[in-house]
Amino acid sequence: MSQAFHIVVCAGIVPDPLQTLEPTTTPAGPGLKNEMVLPAVLDPWAASALYEAANLAGKNPDSKLWLVSLAPKAKLQQVMMTVAQKVAFELVPIDGPMGGFPDAHSTAAALAEAIKSIQGLDRARLLIFGGWESATRGAGVTLQLIGERLGIADQFQGVDQIDLHDDNSFEVLERVEGGKHQVSVCAGAPAVLGWATGNLPEPRNNPQIGMGNMRTLMPALQKAKPATLPANGLRYVSVNLPRQQRTTRVVKDLTPDQIAAELVDWIAAK
Amino acid sequence: MESILVLTHADETGAAFTKASLEAVAAGKDLAARLSAPLTIGIVSADPQFLSKSLPSARVLAVSGEAFAQPRYATDAAACEALCRAANATIVLAPGSSRFARVMAGVAHRLGGFIDTHITSLAGTETVEASRWFYRQRIEAVLARDARPWFLLLDAGTHAPFVAEASAPSVKQVAVELPALRTTVSGTRAPQAGESTIRPDAQLLFVAGAGWTKKQPDGQVHAAEANELILGFLRASGASLGSSKSLVDQGGEGQPVLPFLTHLNQVGQTGATPRHPKGLSTCCHGEEPHVVGWRFIADRRAINLDANCGWARGKADVVYIADAFEVMSKVNALLASVAK
Repeated sequence: MSQAFHIVVCAGIVPDPLQTLEPTTTPAGPGLKNEMVLPAVLDPWAASALYEAANLAGKNPDSKLWLVSLAPKAKLQQVMMTVAQKVAFELVPIDGPMGGFPDAHSTAAALAEAIKSIQGLDRARLLIFGGWESATRGAGVTLQLIGERLGIADQFQGVDQIDLHDDNSFEVLERVEGGKHQVSVCAGAPAVLGWATGNLPEPRNNPQIGMGNMRTLMPALQKAKPATLPANGLRYVSVNLPRQQRTTRVVKDLTPDQIAAELVDWIAAK
Repeated sequence: MESILVLTHADETGAAFTKASLEAVAAGKDLAARLSAPLTIGIVSADPQFLSKSLPSARVLAVSGEAFAQPRYATDAAACEALCRAANATIVLAPGSSRFARVMAGVAHRLGGFIDTHITSLAGTETVEASRWFYRQRIEAVLARDARPWFLLLDAGTHAPFVAEASAPSVKQVAVELPALRTTVSGTRAPQAGESTIRPDAQLLFVAGAGWTKKQPDGQVHAAEANELILGFLRASGASLGSSKSLVDQGGEGQPVLPFLTHLNQVGQTGATPRHPKGLSTCCHGEEPHVVGWRFIADRRAINLDANCGWARGKADVVYIADAFEVMSKVNALLASVAK
C-alpha cells in the first residue's frame, strides 16, 4: 500500500571538495577567500537525501518534493543548473549567506520559516530530509532545530535506509558507533531524517527533468526572500588553516620484505 | 558566574558509562575547577544506581526507567531537558556520541539555549573558548558565545576519560514527563554478515584505496586476493578498516568490489574522520578529499606505486614506493610468525 508524502529536503551548497580553502575576515565575520567565485556543489550528504527523497516520492504516487536551500541567489542558480537535471522538485530558495561560519540556530530559523510558508504542505504527511551534517559547518544540528521548530519529536540522524511498511510505519537504519546501524520503527510521518550516504547512486543528468524543473525554478529564484542570520552571541576568537605539511620520508629503495619488517616493527611500537 | 552540567549516558550494557561520557566528565571537572564553577552531573540510564561510583564528587542527577534503556529522540530529549531544567546550568557539556548528537540541539532549543558541536578542546580562565573544525576538518576555529545556556558536544577521543575516585556521590532522581512514543527501537544491526571491520578503539587505521581492485602488472584484477590480504591483515593486527569513497562506490557501478566494505568504512570528505594513533594507507592516492579524513591520525604511513602521490607531498610521515599486494602479503606472513 503506497502513501503520499510531502517531503521537504533541506540542502545547502558548499565549495567543491577539490578547491583549496583559505579563511578570511569579512564585515560579517569569518568567511572564505573568493567564496563567491569558488565552484560550488550541492552538499554531499544533503544530495544523498535529495536522491533518497526523489526515490521515495517516485514509489509513492501523489507525493510531493520540495528543495529548500539558503544561499546567495546567484550561486544557488549556478548549482541548480546541474542539480535540476537529476530529480524533479520544487525549489524554495532563501537568499542569504552561505558557508560554515553563520550560526546554525539562525540558519535553522530561516529554513523552518520557509518550510512553514510552503503552500499546500500537509504536516501530517511531512518528512523533513537533509544531510546529517553539512560539509561546511558540519555541526549536525540544523535539522534537529528545524524539527523542534516544527514540533516534530521523531528524529533520526545518520540515516542510511528507510523501508516503508503497509501500515504507514517505516523502519529506519541510523549510523551508530562501531560501524553498526540502530534499527527503529517509526509510526509514520511527520519525522525528521538526517541522511548519511544512503544506498542510491547519483542519478544521471536527465534534460527532460531539467526542463520541467526550470519552469518553476527561475521564477522561484527571482522571488527568493532575503534572510539575515543573527550571530546569537557567537564570536570567533580565531580562524586558521591547520599546519598540515609533514616532512615525508619517501622510501624507494627497500624490498617488500624490508618494508614489511619495518611496518611490523612500527605497528608493534607503542 | 558559570555553572557546569555534564550530561552522560550508559553504554549498551546499561551497567557502565560510555568512554565518551567519562571523557566529558573529566572535561567538565577541569572546566569547573578552572572557572571556580559548581559542577553537576546528569545521567540518562535505565538504572543509574551502580553508575555513580564511576563519578567524581559532585551533585548528581539522574533520570531512570526502561524508556531510557535505548537511544530514541523523544525519550532522550525529554530526559536531557528535565536534567537541564533541574540543574539550571549555564554551560552544558555532553559527549558527542550518536545518542546525544541526535538530541542535544533539540534540547538546547527547548531550553532557549545555543549549541556548538564537535568540540575538540576547551580553553580560557575567565570565559570559555571552544575549538572545533569547519569544512570537514580543513579550517580550525576557536569560538566563544555570550548567550546562555551554552551546550557543547565534545568529540570522543579528545579528553582522557575520568578515573573513579574512592567514594560514590549520591544520586537525586529527576522526574520526566514523556510524550506519546511513536518510535520503537529494536536494537543494532551490522551492515554486513561476518566479522566487524570498524574498530573505534584500534591502535591502527588501515585504509584501502581503489587501487586494490585495479588491474595489476599481469593485466588482471585480483579482487579475491585483495580481499584475503586485507581481511588477513585486519585479523592479525586488530586494525580498523577505512576506505576511500571511490572504492566503496565501485559496488554500485558494477566494478570489482571488496564485499566487506560499506559506506560506513568510508573515510574522508564524505565519510568519517576517525581517531587512531596510527594510520596505514594502501593503494590510495592521498588527495585532499581523502586526507581530510586523516586529520586526527597522528602517525601516518602509506604504500603507493606513485612517488608523486598526495601522501608523498607532506600528507604522510613515511611513504613506501612499492606494490601493496607484495608488501601486505609479507606483512601478514610476519604477523603470523610473530603470533606463533
